[in-house]
Amino acid sequence: MPEKPAGTLYRGREGMWSWVAHRVTGFLIFFFLLVHVLDTSLVRVSPEAYNAVIGAYKNPVMGIGEAGLVAAIVFHAFNGIRVMLVDFWSQGTRYQRVMLWVVVGLVVVTMAGFLPRHLMNVFGAH
Amino acid sequence: MATVTVPAPRSPRSTRTRRTTRTNVEMLGWMFMRLSGVLLLVLIFAHLFVNLMVGDGIKAIDFAFVAGKWASPFWQVWDLLMLWLAMIHGTNGVRTIINDYAERDGTRLVLKTLLYLAFVVTVVLGTLVIFTFETCPAGAPTELLPSFCTE
Repeated sequence: MPEKPAGTLYRGREGMWSWVAHRVTGFLIFFFLLVHVLDTSLVRVSPEAYNAVIGAYKNPVMGIGEAGLVAAIVFHAFNGIRVMLVDFWSQGTRYQRVMLWVVVGLVVVTMAGFLPRHLMNVFGAH
Repeated sequence: MATVTVPAPRSPRSTRTRRTTRTNVEMLGWMFMRLSGVLLLVLIFAHLFVNLMVGDGIKAIDFAFVAGKWASPFWQVWDLLMLWLAMIHGTNGVRTIINDYAERDGTRLVLKTLLYLAFVVTVVLGTLVIFTFETCPAGAPTELLPSFCTE
């Protein structure tokens, strides 16, 4: 095993933390994707089997989880665009910090559009 | 006056890795992450909007809803593209994470073998389901099927 490095390359602040958040959200989304393909595959078994399992996605606890999942996807998507701008736009590195706050703002706006609707679907009476 | 001596690099570039940097699998992977990322943004945002925002959202998702979508080749192709692009994008991302944090050769081998196994199983299963799916399976209760099955 290599020894722990004496110093650290990680510099903190917006650049590092957005990178950490991109990793964490990407990792979580990937594992949801595996589960999501498996549960959707039940349509091939029978309508009853699919409806029974998808029913689990409709309870309040899962509803909150879905809100978190959508937030993770929205952040990963917008921050991915920021990563591309840092890579390909000549001014990208200069504005990377500002762009992170634009990303955060866009996530807030998108979630403000999504959450009321979704939470009404999850908690509202039908 | 003391002369400043700059030591030679400890490991010269090997002739094996030097040959070319024009065609590079890692560079293609890096490029794929960006291209697929843009496509996935469009594919997944529309997927989330249609499934969670329109109508009763998550409460309206059942067999009839899925069957209604996959009766159309448009959504079959949409979901197939999403499946393949997201699985390659996600698998490559997790591969990078494994390479970064699993320090022992054996650990990396085991984790990546599991990852590639999950990739193959998920992509093959998902692709088969999209294309062998019956919208109106015989013998199923009609109230669970899309309305066009009984019309």
